[in-house]
Amino acid sequence: MLLHLARRSLANRLLTTCLTALSIAFSVALLVGVENVRTGMRESFSNTVSGTDLIVGSRGGTIQLLLYSVFGMGSPVANISHDEWKKWDEHPAVSWTIPYALGDSHRGFRVIGTNGSFYERYRYRGGQPITLSEGRPAEGVFELVLGAEVASRLGYGLGDPVAVTHGMSAVGLMNHDDMPFHVVGILARTFTPVDRAIYVTLEGISAIHMGWESGAPPMPGQEVGADQVLAMDEIPVTQITSFFLGAESRAFTLQLQRDISTSEDEPLTAVIPGLALAEMWRGIAYAEDGLRIISMFVVLVGILGMLVSIYTSLEARRREMAILRALGAGPRRIVSLLVLEAGLLAGIGALLGVAFVYGGLMLAQPWLEGRFGILIPIRALDGVQLAYVGAVVVLGFLAGLVPAAKAYRTALHDGLTARV
Amino acid sequence: MTNSSYCIHADGLRFAYSGGPPVLDIEELVVASGERVFLYGPSGSGKTTLLGLVAGVLSPPPGTLHVLGHDVGALSSSARDRLRAAHIGYVFQMFNLIPYLDVRDNIALPVRITTERRRRVDGPVDQAVVAAAAQLGIEELLDEKVTRLSVGQQQRVAAARALLGAPELIIADEPTSALDTDRRHAFLELLFKSVEEAGSTLLFVSHDLTLADLFDRSVSLAELNDRVSA
Repeated sequence: MLLHLARRSLANRLLTTCLTALSIAFSVALLVGVENVRTGMRESFSNTVSGTDLIVGSRGGTIQLLLYSVFGMGSPVANISHDEWKKWDEHPAVSWTIPYALGDSHRGFRVIGTNGSFYERYRYRGGQPITLSEGRPAEGVFELVLGAEVASRLGYGLGDPVAVTHGMSAVGLMNHDDMPFHVVGILARTFTPVDRAIYVTLEGISAIHMGWESGAPPMPGQEVGADQVLAMDEIPVTQITSFFLGAESRAFTLQLQRDISTSEDEPLTAVIPGLALAEMWRGIAYAEDGLRIISMFVVLVGILGMLVSIYTSLEARRREMAILRALGAGPRRIVSLLVLEAGLLAGIGALLGVAFVYGGLMLAQPWLEGRFGILIPIRALDGVQLAYVGAVVVLGFLAGLVPAAKAYRTALHDGLTARV
Repeated sequence: MTNSSYCIHADGLRFAYSGGPPVLDIEELVVASGERVFLYGPSGSGKTTLLGLVAGVLSPPPGTLHVLGHDVGALSSSARDRLRAAHIGYVFQMFNLIPYLDVRDNIALPVRITTERRRRVDGPVDQAVVAAAAQLGIEELLDEKVTRLSVGQQQRVAAARALLGAPELIIADEPTSALDTDRRHAFLELLFKSVEEAGSTLLFVSHDLTLADLFDRSVSLAELNDRVSA
């Protein structure tokens, strides 16, 4: 009955109740939502690449290797020779490899030399394969495939010519514009860094650099023309930058990693992408702690707002308290009533907040995925989130004690005489 | 020296609010069980204080005030709350009702918020509420919002609530002062009938002496209270 009374009392002050519950709801939504976004970001991040057991590059830092091979940031210190890659590609414990040859760009987007394995084997986010939305994989020397983001930003379509720049500057000082690359395919959107790159064949990368072996543009008279390249029987591929590796069995991964890292032929580093991504995430996770602390303070502000709203309502409710006193309600009963009201408000606010989170997620999920490539999963609240919601309700009850203490004193003082 | 046939027995009852001068000094006041007593109390006569003491909201010195056989001054404040909950029905001058509850919930309020009063109601509360409402002629108003009622109707709801569970003592603090003369009499008739049926004692406080004749006995608080200078 006390609950009934508390409910009706709140309903009686509908506007204040709604506003107070809303402010709590928003703060809870923020707290729970931040947690959701955090989880979503972490999962999107660690699922940038999946199904790959090892990523191998020249010896160096694991994070650096991840950055240039998975995220398209920074550049490798050294390359891997074609023969070394082939050695591991043909290793009995290795099922497949995807070679990456980096170093060139087109209007700020990376150009990656790879081969057919990329289209067949590359997996992201829980094992989804990459698919072409238009055209076909690049096979010929001067064929290229655009990532979805590249295609939409630059507005290129099938058949359009693309000039590749040596190095990574957006405005290439040294355009290989004598090499007539053109678009043969466009990848479907993956919401990973795959979307922001251009894919050519390993031979294509070699062709770009013919005559550049010294590292500088060819001397006049030594340029290699496109027709010359096309006339070649076989274009030599001497180097790649890194390769993704799938083992015959997961069980071989650690042994392979050890073997590759200690290989005497060439100094190599092999990382397990899941572990390295998690390690990298921990490095940048302190920012999310800041976000979480801020949202906790927002919750505190919401609870304080509720406290104030109940406290200020007390003056108008002195008569009500006197009636309850006359009916035999002890001061403790009046305290319970107010604490119950506060708890109820916090509970309603918390539920509403959770509803906001789910509603907001349903509305914003496709947009977030499209805009930022972050898939925030819609699923039941996890333990941490439930603990947050519970803490808000408990905090609400506790906050109710403040106005309740005031009502207790007033009730004792007023007795049956309060006139309003 | 408690006599169980006394409903209220004040004997040398003196009271002062903490730190203040004495406001009440009653040599003796006896209200017998089942009696209808008119307490004539103009403002300043200590009426509020006396009612607060009888209802157990204020604490008198031990041994000076017995209500229904209980030495009020010897009880803890929660025991006094329980005494009031179980045995006393209270009707205010006005604003008796909780504005956000309907008539039905207002009448049922005492048995809902205290178990003491609940025990006094036989059978389902809903039936008791309907019966109490019928007694005061407001059964058709049960589902109304109390803010829609006239003052007279509100006072009847308050009386029905006070009578629910037939408490031994009904204290009515100027319940008719907001009513016009016709309604005043109609209300009193209903109140008397209901109090009689419940077998309750009625302590009726008013400054309107024209009502005094309707009661078994009338007492002037101003004369009773030695602290009031005439």
